[in-house]
Amino acid sequence: MSQSLVVYFVQLCLALLLAPLLPGIINRVKAIFAGRHGKPLLQTYYDLAKLLRKGEALSQTTTWVFTLAPAIALVATLCALALLPLGGSSSPLAFTGDFVLAAYLLALGRFATMLSALDTGSSFEGMGASREATFAALAEPVLFLTLMVLTSLSLNAGLDTEHALSLSALFGGQSADTWLGGKIELLLVPVVFFILLLVENCRIPVDDPNTHLELTMIHEVMVLDHSGPNLAIIVYGTALKLWFFAALIAGLMTPDLSPWPQAALRTGIVLLLSVLVGVTESVMARLRMQRVPALLGGAAAMSALALILSQMR
Amino acid sequence: MLLQTCLFLLVLSNFCMLGTPRIRRMTGMTAIQGLLLTVLLCIFGHVMLAVAVLLIKGLLLPGLLWRTLKRLPAQALVCPRKVVPLDVLAGMGGLAFSFWLDGRLVMAHGLFPPMLLPLGLATLFCGLILIVGRIKAITQVIGYLVAENGIFLLGMPLMTTGTAWFELALLLDVFVAVFVMGIAINHISDSFASIDVARFRSLRD
Repeated sequence: MSQSLVVYFVQLCLALLLAPLLPGIINRVKAIFAGRHGKPLLQTYYDLAKLLRKGEALSQTTTWVFTLAPAIALVATLCALALLPLGGSSSPLAFTGDFVLAAYLLALGRFATMLSALDTGSSFEGMGASREATFAALAEPVLFLTLMVLTSLSLNAGLDTEHALSLSALFGGQSADTWLGGKIELLLVPVVFFILLLVENCRIPVDDPNTHLELTMIHEVMVLDHSGPNLAIIVYGTALKLWFFAALIAGLMTPDLSPWPQAALRTGIVLLLSVLVGVTESVMARLRMQRVPALLGGAAAMSALALILSQMR
Repeated sequence: MLLQTCLFLLVLSNFCMLGTPRIRRMTGMTAIQGLLLTVLLCIFGHVMLAVAVLLIKGLLLPGLLWRTLKRLPAQALVCPRKVVPLDVLAGMGGLAFSFWLDGRLVMAHGLFPPMLLPLGLATLFCGLILIVGRIKAITQVIGYLVAENGIFLLGMPLMTTGTAWFELALLLDVFVAVFVMGIAINHISDSFASIDVARFRSLRD
């Protein structure tokens, strides 16, 4: 087995093992900012272990959609993660246009969660599903606009269309080489991805993952009726999705180094990003619902600026 | 590299101004633009002028605006939010138009460093958009300053020792203009209890 494949699988295993650590780090950073000791770093692992041991309570209104949705969401996120160039090594599953598949795998997971929320027959959960759909629809054009900046860079770098249009090429380290080489406007791209991370993972300033039973929440309201192993799957899937977006940003910030140092640097950046999310959540208040489109509009404007400036150089 | 970074930060500050409804933040951005122009002047080797620009555009003008803001009521310090997306879109259009114009204008080879001409023009357009798009009198002063920054940037590669005096005289003019406008805004605010220029339409003799 070649070295890059070993790095890839080690990184994939690390992602699967360490993903529940990210919410722990975020909560600890928030606790430190608030002057509290906070939960243990491994709290999500303990929660997962506890939930897996428990039984499940099912409402009589629900059908098989409700029980199947968490598994679909988790598998979709896992497949999307497997398409990433983890640790800087190309994914063995990479193909031309795989970024479209990755984006829509995440959308599929979201769709399954929304269906399960609607399946409970609760108007409260339906409201959450509606909000999730609205914000996801607004975030998708921003994601593709930003990917357009990266694909144009890959094509400018002289890669043929067969290789340029895959996640492994887009997040394989060439972006960092370009901004280190003077195209400073490309630093806007990780900022846009950070905003997308906050929106897609329902973090502050878009949604507050700590508030239950509030009329403004989005993601948490959709999973209120889940319990036991299915809730464990949802919690783990959320952590993996956080790792996915953090790994995207790490892919943009890391230059093209040799495999092992690059893999270590990427893992470090992912963990640092969770600290940054914690800091953001500590220093910011949640935005009002009608202000979230303005946040995404700002992200789209930054992508467009990066696209125009990088193309005109 | 440093020149390109400064130009990028300048265009980013333009879009931050277009994208915020808060006038305090816009005033802070004018100070940042003053600092960036100082660094750019140092890159071009006009150190004396850089010191003057730092004093006038980096400290005095934002200070004057800040002093005016402190005297205004709180509701005067936020523009209506609904114009902000339109302003940002117009700024994008201005940027694209600047690049188009840059391709069409015939300039002596090597006169302008890469990106300086289009980004100078874009700064000028952003200033004009701020003047036209926002309805508070103070944002029009800020827009005037941004447009002047764009013109100053365009003049930077053309400066020689002789023209530095001319630029200094221009800086003094801008300083006096902002000084007078600051006083005028205070008087408008005192007389009409608002600096919203849209309300002036209802004024009668």
